[in-house]
Amino acid sequence: MTSAVEMSGITKTFPGVVANDNIDFAVENAEIHGLLGENGAGKTVLMSILYGLYRPDEGQIFVNGKEVEMDSPSTAIKLGIGMVHQHFMLVPSLTVAENIILGKELTKNKVLLDMNRTLNDLKDFCERYQLEVDLKAPVYTLPVGVQQRVEILKTLYRGADILILDEPTSVLTPQEVEELFKAIRALKEQGKTVIFISHKLREVLAICDKITVLRRGKVVGKVKADETDLDELAKMMVGRKVVFTFKKKRVKTREVVLKVEDLKAIDDRGLLALGGVTFDVCVSEILGIAGVEGNGQTELVEVLTGLRKATEGKILVDNTDITRASPGERIRLGISHVPEDRHKRGLIQDFSVMENLILGSHNRPPFTIGRVRLNFEETSNFAKRLIKDFSIKTPSKDVPVRHLSGGTQQRVVVAREISRKPKLIIASQPTRGLDVGATEYVRKKLVEMRNQGCAVLLISADLDEIWALSDRIAVMYEGKMVAIKDPEKTTERELGLLMAGGKRD
Amino acid sequence: MTEERRELSERNLETKELLRRFLARLELELRRIIPQVIAILLAFLAGAIVLLVTGYSPLEAYGALVIGAFGDVFGIGQTFTQATPIIFTALAFLFAFKSGLFNIGAEGQLLVGGFAAALVGISFDGLPPFVHAPMALLAGALAGGLWGFIPAILKAKLGAHEVITTMMLSYVAFYVTGYLVNYPYKAPGWVSQTPPIAPSAELPRILQPTQLSASILIAVILVGLTHYTLQKTTFGYEVRATGLNPAAAESGGISIKRVMILALVISGAMAGLGGAGEVMGVHRRFIEGFSPGYGWDGLAVALVGGLNPVGVLLAAVLFGALRSGGMTMTRVTGVPLDIVSILQALVILFVAAPMLIRYLLKRGGFKWWGS
Repeated sequence: MTSAVEMSGITKTFPGVVANDNIDFAVENAEIHGLLGENGAGKTVLMSILYGLYRPDEGQIFVNGKEVEMDSPSTAIKLGIGMVHQHFMLVPSLTVAENIILGKELTKNKVLLDMNRTLNDLKDFCERYQLEVDLKAPVYTLPVGVQQRVEILKTLYRGADILILDEPTSVLTPQEVEELFKAIRALKEQGKTVIFISHKLREVLAICDKITVLRRGKVVGKVKADETDLDELAKMMVGRKVVFTFKKKRVKTREVVLKVEDLKAIDDRGLLALGGVTFDVCVSEILGIAGVEGNGQTELVEVLTGLRKATEGKILVDNTDITRASPGERIRLGISHVPEDRHKRGLIQDFSVMENLILGSHNRPPFTIGRVRLNFEETSNFAKRLIKDFSIKTPSKDVPVRHLSGGTQQRVVVAREISRKPKLIIASQPTRGLDVGATEYVRKKLVEMRNQGCAVLLISADLDEIWALSDRIAVMYEGKMVAIKDPEKTTERELGLLMAGGKRD
Repeated sequence: MTEERRELSERNLETKELLRRFLARLELELRRIIPQVIAILLAFLAGAIVLLVTGYSPLEAYGALVIGAFGDVFGIGQTFTQATPIIFTALAFLFAFKSGLFNIGAEGQLLVGGFAAALVGISFDGLPPFVHAPMALLAGALAGGLWGFIPAILKAKLGAHEVITTMMLSYVAFYVTGYLVNYPYKAPGWVSQTPPIAPSAELPRILQPTQLSASILIAVILVGLTHYTLQKTTFGYEVRATGLNPAAAESGGISIKRVMILALVISGAMAGLGGAGEVMGVHRRFIEGFSPGYGWDGLAVALVGGLNPVGVLLAAVLFGALRSGGMTMTRVTGVPLDIVSILQALVILFVAAPMLIRYLLKRGGFKWWGS
């Protein structure tokens, strides 16, 4: 049996970087093949070569056993290869059907669009692949997961037999990921071949038949999914053993740092988002808040950091009432905040690394002289120190953070927030979108801070993360804390039920 | 001896290193303005086509333009006189813009500033110049600042959009000063103007016999001050942070309302100072309609200058030269003055429009094509 795709001896260099170094890569027919690697390992470059976006410096490509010259995406499409990019290439104002047929329209008399025939055809088409979608809905009205489905349908409509999915789950919620996996399995049953690019170990293990692991442009492993496990894959991908669980010192005393009493707040639409929340966080404790996103977590963090007004209730830090304090005052009181959206809230993308590192401390000595002038010398020394201490991968302190990778950007945020020596860290989705190495780093830092006596409030949609880090686990559902549990006395199943609004067993 | 020589060569090396760094910096800066320069040249090329089509010789017209603007003392004086108020209004636009606000009301701020300065100028007599002139300038800045404060507070308290309020307040300024200069403060005679200000409130003319006044020195100092404030001060840091990403600035403990209010007040004060400079240096009284749209030119110049204080200075001189050289061009070659307006429009179209569009795209101003 010949392989659907075989790439042999692929090398591609960019100025200063060997993105792909003599890579051999083969995918069988009707197989779901995972291409695993950290950000920058060369996954996307390899697939861009297969899709004709880049020409390799060396190496051959075979499709169904025949050597081909992959000189452009249109050649790739002709050979039955389709790629679904991380960022969708859809026209938002057109309907789903119009988007799917774009470039391959059915016409009457070669002039008029034959929309009726199109809709009929597409209906059958969608049913065949079990990808359900409202064909007449304009794309901009659809949630991200459905838009992705449209993108996949578009690719199939162009006759793709081999689908490349580039980090398809990075924009999806856990429920949407499940939907996507169902669709991928259905595609396999129809005889399609799927290449699944990802850096998420669990997902690759869950969906793929075989896995190729890349590290720094080289193939470091080819394994069958049912013959490997998380630890082995992580080790291959990162090049060393990865820590998923953390050692924590047990602390006996309960010295309360943050106390929240019956807190209420409304969201941007004026609806009640927090319906009376009460909890506390102690010295050397990580309180994890689990919950499906959109159950008031975002509003809770905003109220705690002073970005949103509380309509009722009290927030106390070290017995000082801060319910009405401004964000700046709260920073001065020792509250640090790792925001859930580092692009929007965490960083100023056009500011340099140095400028971002002092945000929040910029109006305090030693960074300011008499609250008027910035102290350039102190600031640059501080920036250099943090870049070193937190291993921030940047060419210099003066580079705009826009040019750094997601993981590095999050390191800048974490470095800044930790360097203030806070009493309380509020970390919201701190590892979202990060690769394994960066995730491990951020988690390690949070535990380190906890061990040094800091109180940590961790909000995460990732139950594994909550599980691995928390001393106590709270569950939020529809703006309320439905339970606060000791991780040793609960189960994943119980938490899942609570998150879904079910009653306790 | 060898010791001495070593020291010397070391110092030599140091100088060389400094020079190398300076040149690298210069190259970087030059590279940054290359697109701007090319766009300006293209605008002139397009202008040449317009001239050809309408039956004039571009070479002759442009020659007259350059000679008119820089050929003699009169031309140079006129060029810089025209550039002066535009520097103020462009800095005003720039400063508000850096905090994320569109102050398009510089015209009105300039008018109220000019009138306030004239009022102080005619109301006191016998003060020493070093007291009277600064008082009049201060009055201009305060009035302009007040004209910036009103939209700022409306924005902070009620969320009124500053584009609407600053523009509407421009009309208020136009008609209020128009009333004041036509009725209570009108000098006897046919012209709608106030009586002359006291000589002690006049800004000295620095290039006799042209009208170029010390106002341009204030403008140049303001360019430096603006650059320094934005880049080196804590407040400037907060202004830039707020302008680039208000959400992150807020998370970082910056009170974005306070920053926006202050920035708009400072912006208005700059434009007001420009108006005061015109009144005290050029006209020596408030004349109705003394501004042919300096406020609007300021917006264009700020964009042509790449939203950078030094760039603003250069762009303002270009616009001043177009105005002053344009008159000579009309006189010598018979090319209508409208061609100068077309040229100005072309420069804006080629330089400023793409910048604005890029900015809006980055801001997600038209978010159509997904990400």
